[in-house]
Amino acid sequence: MSARGTVGAADLLRLGVFGLRTRPGRVVLSALGIAIGIAAMTAVVGISSSSKAKVDQVLDTLGTNVLTVTEAQGFGETPPLPATALESVQRQDDVESAAAVGTVPDTGVYRNGFVPAPETKGIGVLAAWGDVPEVLGGQLASGRWIDDAPGAAPQVVLGAGAATALGIDRVRADSRVWSGGQWVQVVGVLRPLALAEDLDNSVFVPRALAAQLGFDGAPTAVYTRVDPARVEQARDVLAGAVRPGAPQDVGVTRPSDALAAKNATDDSFTGLLVGIGGVALLVGGIGVANTMVITVLERRAEVGVRRALGARRRNIRDQFLVESLLLSFLGGVVGVVIGVGVTVAYTLAQGWPVAIPLWAVGGGLGATVVIGGVSGLYPAARAARIPPTSALAAV
Amino acid sequence: MSGAVLSLDDVVKTYGDVGALRGVALEVAAGELVAVVGPSGSGKSTMLNIIGTLDRPTSGTVTIAGNDVATMSDDALSRLRADHIGFVFQHFHLQAGATAAENVADGVLYAGVPRRERHRRAVEALRRVGLGHRVDHRPHELSGGEKQRVAIARAIIGEPTILLADEPTGALDTASGAAVLALLRELNEAGTTVLVITHDLELAASLPRRIRMRDGLVSQDDRAGTR
Repeated sequence: MSARGTVGAADLLRLGVFGLRTRPGRVVLSALGIAIGIAAMTAVVGISSSSKAKVDQVLDTLGTNVLTVTEAQGFGETPPLPATALESVQRQDDVESAAAVGTVPDTGVYRNGFVPAPETKGIGVLAAWGDVPEVLGGQLASGRWIDDAPGAAPQVVLGAGAATALGIDRVRADSRVWSGGQWVQVVGVLRPLALAEDLDNSVFVPRALAAQLGFDGAPTAVYTRVDPARVEQARDVLAGAVRPGAPQDVGVTRPSDALAAKNATDDSFTGLLVGIGGVALLVGGIGVANTMVITVLERRAEVGVRRALGARRRNIRDQFLVESLLLSFLGGVVGVVIGVGVTVAYTLAQGWPVAIPLWAVGGGLGATVVIGGVSGLYPAARAARIPPTSALAAV
Repeated sequence: MSGAVLSLDDVVKTYGDVGALRGVALEVAAGELVAVVGPSGSGKSTMLNIIGTLDRPTSGTVTIAGNDVATMSDDALSRLRADHIGFVFQHFHLQAGATAAENVADGVLYAGVPRRERHRRAVEALRRVGLGHRVDHRPHELSGGEKQRVAIARAIIGEPTILLADEPTGALDTASGAAVLALLRELNEAGTTVLVITHDLELAASLPRRIRMRDGLVSQDDRAGTR
């Protein structure tokens, strides 16, 4: 049995639900503001976490132990990598595998011999050493990787972007492209390479064919997979190994860092969107306060009657506070449902894993409780100050 | 049963410069059935607020069921109302969306009675006012007379020492009004002290004691038979 003069939690809840139930239109409208704010925040956090989860998944499969060796990126002239760069890298203890590509200058690939030479569609031709897609964690969409054996027929593997540009989505017996005045058989098509997106718009040829096309024999980039536990150490020695006299002319980068960094730049955008959701929430809270003030004005007679029935001031205050909390919480629940729905729909459409952090849902609902409480304070205090004589004054 | 359950001594209530009550003295004993009559502006509504402890007098002493109102806190007055005073309003003041039983049960909500017990007593109170068959009806499904009887059930569920009825028949047709008045008599006969505030002289004349208000003062206090 509850103590005299107090109204139990269950009864307060019942009063609150009753107060809302009898004014459904108003409840929907004022809860909507809260719902939009919470939905926006939940969806933004959900989508950004799902995108992060996708990147993590990609990094998990690709590994973070791939290093890229190129000529140093910087101001001024740096010499190209020496022709022995790949061998130098392969000699290192921490290197597990390595492959390289070298740009074949002034050469394009075309659908046929009638396409004017300048219309390369931006597709570059690369000579390849070793299994480039395997080192980069890439996959073939169709066909196989190039056969580099001496005497092998001229052949080409297309990067994902190049394949699209050339209109060849998979390998057929008659898939071929025109390059350097001859037909070259297409033997493979790659999927996008997440760790080396710059290669997607290239085609790969054996060095023998590259030499015919005017390739000078020096790689422009060496890709290497190193011992996962010794990535930093490997990174430190690679430049010196490639060019012992002038390591400063060699750049070693870790492409998984770039992926993670790209994701990090998304964070500031996410922050902005969450901020906008927060503003919506604030406006929603003001809407709830407004609704409650009006409700209190309209219910002076009810308050008077309750005071006449023996309600204390605090009983009246609690009643309206609970009503405000419920109103806001209701909006929060609807908002979370909408936000989760939007996140699921969007991430599924993107083919990402759905990852909605529990703290976002819990925090959102917690925020609505705080907002409901703060919004209800003033109206509830006003209700508690309504004099008991209002029961008789009202008609 | 005897002794005063209600006494006013030299009670003055002013609103700014206006004296609504100008020194009222009044005693009501347990078990009485009293009509308070007077034209608009005579001070009878103000007196009802003060007897019901909804308002405090500017000066003078008000004693309800042995409690001196002047010394009591707002919370204590709330409790006094919950324990000792039942209100019946001219316009019923029922909760529109709630059933008759829920409305009546609210009469003891603030006395700390648990929900199940409230409902049981609400049904019992509704039976007492002849609405045992209307327990789950909502106000819009009830006639005016039935609504007022629900309101009376709400006022008596807490077994108050004093039942204050403000123009209880004012919004009702003659037949319903008569039924409500009969119910109030019945409750009075069962022991409840009843004060009926009205401007209906005919109604007042049918009650055993009549207090006539004029210009903030008691101008006449008749017992049965003197009129």
